[in-house]
Amino acid sequence: MIDATLVELSRLQFAMTAMYHFLFVPLTLGLSFMLAIMESVYVMTGRTIWRDMTKFWGLLFGINFAMGVATGIVMEFQFGTNWAFYSHYVGDIFGAPLAIEGLMAFFLEATLVGLFFFGWDKLGKVQHLAVTWLVALGSNLSALWILVANGWMQNPVGSVFNPDTMRMEVVDFAAVIFNPVAQAKFVHTVAAGYVTGAVFVLAISAYYLLRHRHEALAKRSFTVAASFGLAAALSVVVLGDESGYTITDNQKMKLAMIEGMWHTEEAPAPFALFGIPDREAQETHYELKIPWVMGLIATRSIDQEIPGIRELMALSELHIRDGLLAYDALETLKVDESNAEARQTFLENQEYLGYALMLKKYVEDPRDASDEQIAMATRDALPNVFALFWSFRFMVVIGFYMIALFGLAFYMVSLRRRVPRWFLRVAFYTLPLPWVAAELGWLVAEYGRQPWVIEGVLPTFLGVSSLTVTDLLITVAGFLVIYTTLAVIEVKLMLKYIRKGPEEEESADNLARLDERFSPAFNRPQE
Amino acid sequence: MLFDYEVLRLIWWALLGVLLVAFAVTDGFDMGVAALLPAVARGDGQRRQVINTVGPVWEGNQVWFVLGGGAIFAAWPALYAVSFSGFYLAMFLILVALIIRPVAFKFRSKRDDAGWRARWDAALCFSGVVPALIFGVAVGNVLQGVPFHFDSDLRPFYTGSFFALLNPFALLCGLVSLAMLVLHGATWLQIKADGEPAERARRIGLIAAAVVIVLFAIGGFWVSNMEGYRVVGAMDPMGPSNPLRKEVVTEAGVWLANYGAQPLLWLVPLVGFGGAALAMLGLFTRIGALSFLGSKLSVAGIITTVGVSMFPVILPSSSDPGHSLMVWDASSSHYTLGIMLIATVILLPIVLLYTAWVYKVLWGKVRESDVNKDMY
Repeated sequence: MIDATLVELSRLQFAMTAMYHFLFVPLTLGLSFMLAIMESVYVMTGRTIWRDMTKFWGLLFGINFAMGVATGIVMEFQFGTNWAFYSHYVGDIFGAPLAIEGLMAFFLEATLVGLFFFGWDKLGKVQHLAVTWLVALGSNLSALWILVANGWMQNPVGSVFNPDTMRMEVVDFAAVIFNPVAQAKFVHTVAAGYVTGAVFVLAISAYYLLRHRHEALAKRSFTVAASFGLAAALSVVVLGDESGYTITDNQKMKLAMIEGMWHTEEAPAPFALFGIPDREAQETHYELKIPWVMGLIATRSIDQEIPGIRELMALSELHIRDGLLAYDALETLKVDESNAEARQTFLENQEYLGYALMLKKYVEDPRDASDEQIAMATRDALPNVFALFWSFRFMVVIGFYMIALFGLAFYMVSLRRRVPRWFLRVAFYTLPLPWVAAELGWLVAEYGRQPWVIEGVLPTFLGVSSLTVTDLLITVAGFLVIYTTLAVIEVKLMLKYIRKGPEEEESADNLARLDERFSPAFNRPQE
Repeated sequence: MLFDYEVLRLIWWALLGVLLVAFAVTDGFDMGVAALLPAVARGDGQRRQVINTVGPVWEGNQVWFVLGGGAIFAAWPALYAVSFSGFYLAMFLILVALIIRPVAFKFRSKRDDAGWRARWDAALCFSGVVPALIFGVAVGNVLQGVPFHFDSDLRPFYTGSFFALLNPFALLCGLVSLAMLVLHGATWLQIKADGEPAERARRIGLIAAAVVIVLFAIGGFWVSNMEGYRVVGAMDPMGPSNPLRKEVVTEAGVWLANYGAQPLLWLVPLVGFGGAALAMLGLFTRIGALSFLGSKLSVAGIITTVGVSMFPVILPSSSDPGHSLMVWDASSSHYTLGIMLIATVILLPIVLLYTAWVYKVLWGKVRESDVNKDMY
């Protein structure tokens, strides 16, 4: 049987390195596009100030990008080092989007990003602009392929188990690419990245405006961030990926948990605004419900039911029993490939094979499982409802807050209302929020998928490599030390360059003139 | 599908080689440069000059490594699972080096403090030397066979230890790999740098080339007496990818059997030697183009030698030879190999095109006097 400590440490290491990696990804996604927009204005208007802006935000982008690259490499290899059984079991499907990501996206951004920094004097204006746009395109395509891979973990379409090779294999690659869960996740994730980039630029510009430094540059940056951010914030919420949650049983389970919805409610289901989900009692205390809203959000209809947690658990138990038939047939096929009867039984029940594997947590051979062990495995299908329920709500609240923030900012700069100092302070203190929301979003997506690593196909604990606890302790400690050190260095450097501010190549006279001429929204109140 | 399963497996075996060679040829020179940094550059101006010769390109080069990982995952999932989890702590060291490297390039010149820069220089040197050594050590272990087996669910188990990896033959391979990449870094500096750093690189490169030739020859003799792995009977090259359905025996000299069957293959190790000799000539006569071509050929020849010696074995198991991974029983499905080939045929030429364009834009030597204009 697989060592439970090994499983926990492997999960801890993956969660740690993935969440750390995702501190850098959203800023790369958003800032790369904003750089491209600023440089486009430079090329179209020929005003040096816009090149200064591109270079200044580009410098901060570069510090962040290096960390993203460094921590991303770990992700590409960690499946093999720590999740060897997973890698073998689903590599036929899961490896392809990762490889294509390298070929189509990562190569593009990494090869050209060097020219972004070193190419200002070596390239023509338009050539350099093209490089910047291609870096942005590359980083966004990269997100697409990674989310195709991740979407397949949530909704494993286009593949079947092959008893001859003892692994999942692709039968329909188009289904894997156009997986609705993957597409919804992609749009939601890149939009969240754009919000992150916009908040970053907005907050730091607000900092300069509050201190009356680099005002010509800060005003323009603030304006770009306000418009880009509003569009992005609206997309994140409107294109939230809840619509993907009705597709599979396990996605339904995630949805039910997010809602703390223990029983199937009559359509259209209400949305629980507040509540304390209780895993033991299997109910949600102090619930405050808004009728209809959940049904509308999740099913986009008024007559489709959303199943509750208890109903889904009952279904799990049925699946486990069907899965045992598949497992038994597979054991026969291992020793006798040509047994036609076993192959037939396997084919009929193969979609539930994963449920039988859940029993391996309690018994070496799932076929020996007692009723009590089956009941235990069924209960495992239910992760921490409380954490999901509240993570989701915090994320959503931040999402709506962003719309309000950027809505106001956009209103002020576009209608040339004066931007008050309190608003600049609010904008500055918003800086950490997009990161909080992004990490909470991943928590909902990945923690909500437990106990599965591939939903309904492979339980998480089975996916690990056959390593020792000592191996894991060494690497967890190692990552902790390196990542903490790098985080400290990174933040210090960022702060240093933010405090130092941009190096304006525009002359001082010009800057003063440019400062005056820009939107009256930023004019200081008459003393 | 256009190609049958056997042909696709052969193509992907070849592409695996192409990716590894491309990684070593591109990222190899910047690792070599990083390894050479303390030896060839004195003072901050020279250090920055040397770093800036690779500053704009190392990031793209490193993608060959990432792509290699992705392609092994997609095309040879069993190899990806067994080797990366088996060489766990060694892989961790490589990852540490590759985490530190991007950050070191990017952060080094962002502060004026001498101690800060010296620490990042040390980090850069570490990130060049360690992966070069470990890649060689890993190949040395692969040639001897690695202690792993599968259970009936095809869950891989590795039964060796980290220190067992550091055996004499593996260490020799580690040194070949290090010398090869140092040579490659030196020939790059001969082209891209000038002044003292280029001259020092030239002298170190001459020694490295000689070391490559001598150690590669010793490795060759060692392998000729080593126990290789051979399948008993015929394997179905179109069969399912299940590594439990064959018998494998070990025998001395098997790793040279392919050369007996195909004498033309002797050209491959010959390119390894000849390339190093050509690099030497180029360094001696101060013709940079010649030496860089030579070191590229040498890197390609040496890596390809390992592949063709072992074919069709990919990863032999010393503890359970029958579980060894072969070209015919460790690949992805026919369908996946086909899809991946289509993706590669479309996308790789585009990658090569813009990579070539970037190198063209950056054409010419990096001088010490240039560094203040640049980022690093």
